Parts: sequence; structure tokens; C-alpha cells
Amino acid sequence: MKHLRSIEELGAAGILSLLELTDHMVEINARPIPKVPALRGKNVVNIFFEDSTRTRLSFETAAKRLSADVMTFSVGTSSVNKGESLRDTIETVQAMGVDAFVIRHKSSGVPWQISNWTDASVINAGDGWHQHPTQALLDCYTIRQALGRKGGFEGLRIAIVGDIKHSRVARSDVQAFAALGAHVTLVAPPTLLPPSIEGWPVETSQDLDSLVGKVDVLYLLRMQRERMGEALIPSLREYTDRFGLTTDRARRLGDSTLVMHPGPMNRGVEIAVDPSELPGNVIIQQVANGVAVRMAVLFQLLGQGDSLA
Amino acid sequence: MTLVIKGGRIIDRDGERVVDVVIDNGVIAEVGTNLSGDRTLDAIGCIVSPGFVDLHTHLREPGREEAETVETGSRAAALGGYTAVVAMPNTEPTQDSIAVVNLVRSLGERAGLVEVMPAGAITIERAGKQLAPFAELAAAGVTLFTDDGNGVQDPLLMRRAMEYSLGLGITLAQHCEVSRLTDGAVMNEGSCCSHLGLPGWPRIAEELMVFRDIELARLTGASIHLLHLSTSRSVELVRAAKADGVTVTAEATPHHFTLTDETLRSFDSVFKVNPPLRTMADIEAIKAGLRDGTIDAIATDHAPHPQESKEQPLDQAPPGMLGLETALSLALGELDLDLLQTIALLSWKPAAIARLGARHGGPIAIGRPANVTVFDPDLSWTVKPSLLASKSRNTPYTGRTMRGKVRHTIFNGDPVVVDGTAQR
Repeated sequence: MKHLRSIEELGAAGILSLLELTDHMVEINARPIPKVPALRGKNVVNIFFEDSTRTRLSFETAAKRLSADVMTFSVGTSSVNKGESLRDTIETVQAMGVDAFVIRHKSSGVPWQISNWTDASVINAGDGWHQHPTQALLDCYTIRQALGRKGGFEGLRIAIVGDIKHSRVARSDVQAFAALGAHVTLVAPPTLLPPSIEGWPVETSQDLDSLVGKVDVLYLLRMQRERMGEALIPSLREYTDRFGLTTDRARRLGDSTLVMHPGPMNRGVEIAVDPSELPGNVIIQQVANGVAVRMAVLFQLLGQGDSLA
Repeated sequence: MTLVIKGGRIIDRDGERVVDVVIDNGVIAEVGTNLSGDRTLDAIGCIVSPGFVDLHTHLREPGREEAETVETGSRAAALGGYTAVVAMPNTEPTQDSIAVVNLVRSLGERAGLVEVMPAGAITIERAGKQLAPFAELAAAGVTLFTDDGNGVQDPLLMRRAMEYSLGLGITLAQHCEVSRLTDGAVMNEGSCCSHLGLPGWPRIAEELMVFRDIELARLTGASIHLLHLSTSRSVELVRAAKADGVTVTAEATPHHFTLTDETLRSFDSVFKVNPPLRTMADIEAIKAGLRDGTIDAIATDHAPHPQESKEQPLDQAPPGMLGLETALSLALGELDLDLLQTIALLSWKPAAIARLGARHGGPIAIGRPANVTVFDPDLSWTVKPSLLASKSRNTPYTGRTMRGKVRHTIFNGDPVVVDGTAQR
């Protein structure tokens, strides 16, 4: 495996082998000194063309725990000098010697474009509405860990709720969950679904109430406030009423139903209750597992065989 | 000095015949067998047809000379078999005044490779607010007006434009796109864009304006031309309008009858174009429209962009692709039409729409201006961007092997392309 750009190109076997590797990383992270020399001398460059706190810090931490050298370069797309193309930017950084680029960009496809212009590995840290494969991996890992599962997700029922249309998390999670055998339902008003879901291994619903209590995982997406300006929903109040985790719905959730969110959360919108009162809340575990999953990805792409001590 | 085109099979609107053609002083002087002249252009095994006319060329000059100039675009056109191109008005400054129109025309004359026929803008600076001076520009020889790149959004303004155009001997050409529905769009709206997470350009954005302008033309009686149709429903709307006698013509580009939105799975911005590449069903509808005469012309929408502007994320890369040097081969290879019909779509039908029929589009007959294309319909060649004459390299057909290539182009009696090589 040279790049990690999408869940699709990983496939079920690729997902499972990374989840196994993540177990080792979780073990390393539990040590008194959570650091191994596996990627000494490797240079990882994080280029974040779009703001991100948790993903950027998570990738930085992961690289450092494996002893890679890491540079992080945050650029608003607008601040990239006009006249310098994306390719120029990449080739300039590449000239300093890079083993892996970790790329976040607001435009779908940028990691593919970059992989055509560099010999380094490219890791997609989120491209537009398209893919966020390490998020999907950490979500799979969190579900496995919380439900004590080994292997796939056969028989598991997962609802992904909210703005599917603009969500790279949803696109990656649908592919990952379905590849592992879960039954996935997308819950959203038609305005927040993609124009076509032909070929997607999912069902759709607008009725969250009928699913609460029946699903094993309730995955809530972030609802961006600017979507109201695009006439996609009438108001956040109505959104919460139909698609939010309200007190009433929280009460009807089983204790074992996992509640997940990719963050950052709009408190009072997607989750209108205190998350600490939700027994199945694993949102913080998602963040913790993010570091281990990203260590696994970096090691898989840049590491050598059994050098993981 | 006389020039003789020897041994070719002539195809023009009068039919087919194997004869030699003698050209003298810019005019066809003799048509017959066993003719000779001071200089001979071999045409054995080739088709001799009236020169092609492109209704939709972006020459980029003035303003965007890093992408193309009138000269480089004219050379690409001549190599593609064209003897006339309509230069789109989205230059900087816009072709909305006599001064700019005359500049572009004179740059074309200086290059001397094809007739460069500047289109005028419908509105000042293509801003959709105020009508350009149609009558003044018409008096300067402008026959086609368009805000191409933008559709005219305001229905009142478009109605007035059509009414004002009556009696001026001009045609209004619309880029059909309701922009409120395509804000930020990168590719066709459908299953592919949904998968790729790219903002979609819905077909309804084109079809609404096709419908609106057909109805406005029905109301006003104006002559309208619809640029680069891309959807099956647009083709149906035009077919029905023509059956009703509405004075509407339409064009389609080679990329819209050869490529689908699936090409964007590569995330290569060379496949970003406006209107976007659609689906196989649309391709079939466009081919059917070309076959039954619903679509009157093949037009290239030749849209050069420098490499660095295409090497941007898809949402920032400008839309457009090269077309002049590949149009004939794609028309021959992909449309399954007979040669007469194919040449009609490339030559005399677009010549009539641009009102260039006095000089272009044939027939190849004594006394006619010598604008002639000689092409080998069977020669196979492979597209290499570095070998194209355009200043830009943004062809979507890199590496594709095509059949049919221009051998000679004669513009006003001057052999500007000989044996596939531009002579200036």
C-alpha cells in the first residue's frame, strides 16, 4: 500500500489489517513512555489547506510517537500565493525530502491530484465532501472496542444522521461499515442527502424516532450553521426537533447503543442533552483512538516489516 | 499562380464526385478531370470538402494571451480543417464595442490562417445588465451575439435583446445555464458527483434556460442559437421547438458526444468543462440529435487554459478543454454518420448560422471563394498534447488514437496547411 486516500481503495481486508495493527498502537500508547523508534528518519509533512484542530494534532502526535520527523504547514487556500499552483506548492515542499504528505483540503480529489505529482505517500486527512479514511478507521476501531467485537460488523445496525450530502465522514463511514458487514441507514431530510445514492449499500429514512432503540450505533454528524442560508433546512430548531438527539430520544436509547460524533459538536443542535448522561457515549474514545489509528496508517505506509518494537 | 487539388473525392452540399479543383487568385477557377496548375496538392485517397466553420472558439486575445492568441488559435483551427472561426467575446476587454471587435478581426487578418469572425456580447462586459450596441456592431459585420461563459439570467433583458435584434440580421446565441442552480458546481449532478463528493451541475439548470429562450423566441420571432447542448432533455426541447417552427438552431461539442462524467473519477481537472460532461444516455441523445438535424452544428468550444491554472483543485481550476485539432477525427470516429452529413455539421450548416455562407461552407464550384479542406478519413494518429498547435495543452484526449486527419487547408486560395503542416 502506497497511499491512503479512500476507504474504497483499502477494502475490507485492508481495513481489518489496519485495525489489528491499531491494537499494537493502543498498547504502545498505554506504556509509560509511549514512543517507539519505528519511523526514525522518516519525514512526514502535514499540509492543512483547511482549518482543523483535532485531525492535525492527532496526526502530529501519531507521527511523533513513531519517532518520525514531522512538519505541519497550515495554509488557508486563500493565502496560497495567487499564481502558485497547487502542484508548485507540493513540488516545493517535496524538494525538502518528504516520505509522506498528510493532506487536508476543502476540495474533493486533492489527495489524488497530489499523488500524481509526488513520489511520497499521500494520506488523505479529509478532502472536501469526499473522503476522510482515518476518521472511518477510528470509528470502526471505536465500535469494535466498545462492543468487544473481533472481525467484522455482521448483524450490526448503524444509523448515520444529519448532513450526509456535505460529509466526507459519512461517505467514508458508509463504505467502511458496509465493507465490514454492518447494515447502514442514512437519516436525513432529502435536501441533506447526495443528489443520488444509486449503488450505495444503505437504506434511507427520515424517521429517527422509529430507529432509536433499534440501532446499535447512532452516529450523529455535525450540522453546519451556514447550511440554513442555502435553504437546505428551515431552521436549526426544526432540524434538532427531527434529527437531533433530544432528551426524549436519549431516554429511549438502550444503554448499549453507542453514540458517536466526529466533532466538533454543535451542542444543542445534534445533541441536545448533556453527553455525559448518555451511557453509550464514546465520542471521547473516538478522539483517543484517532491517534492509534493514525500511527497504524503511518506505520503501514512508511514502516518496515517487524520494526515495531 | 494557380493551385490544383488533384485526385480527391469532393463532398459538398451538391453531393460527391472525383474531380480536380483549380484555384486561382483566391477563387475556384476550374473543377474537372485531368486539370493542372503551377502547384499541385495531392489529394488521392482524401476527401475534398468546403472548409469547416467553428461557431464556438475561445481565442483568448486580448487579455489572456498566456492561454492562446489569435495567431496560435488560428493555427490550431487551420490544422483542424477550419477556414473560419467565431471568436467568443469573453475577452478582456469584452468584445462589446467596435474597437475590440475590430482589434480581434485585424489580429485574425494578420495571422492569415482562418477567417476570425468576432462574436459580440449580448450585454456590456457580459454582466447581464445593459444591452451591447447590436446595430453598431452588426454594421461592423458582427452576426452572432452571446455572453458565452454566462447565460443571460434576466428574462426581461433577454426578451428585450431578442426584440431589439429583429431586423438587424443577427442571431443571439445563449449559454444555457441558470446560474442560481449551479453555484460552485464542478461536474454533472448525478451518481458520480454524489460518490466523489463534488458539487453537482444539475441538468435542469440548462434545460430551464433552453425552455425559456425557446419560448421567448416563439414570442418575439427572433433567431436564436443554443450553444453546447449537453442533456437529452435539451435535445428534446429543441426538437419540439423546431417542429413548431421556432427559429432556433443548436450546436453540440465533440466532448459532449464522446466523454462522460465518469472521467472525473480521476480528479483530473482537464475533464472539467462547462456545461459539464454528462452520461451515456445524454451522449446517445446528442448523437441522435446530430443525426436527425435537431442539432445543426458541431462546435468545439475550444477553451485553452495554461497548465498551471488547470493544476489547481477541481473547484478552482477553470472549466474548458481544447477542441479545434480533434473535432474532425471525433466526428468521423464516433458519430456513425455518412461523410456528407458529418461535413454538413462541420461546414455549411454552421456557416449558415454565422451568416458566413457567402465565403464559407461551399459549394466547391467555379467562382466560389477557395476555402477548402482536404482530409484523409482513414489516417490514424495519436493525440500528443505537445504536438498540438494551441498554446495550451488541456486536451482530454491525450494518448487516444483517432481516425481521420486534415491533410491540406486552403484559406482564401492560400494553402495554409500542407501535408498536415501549418505553412506559417
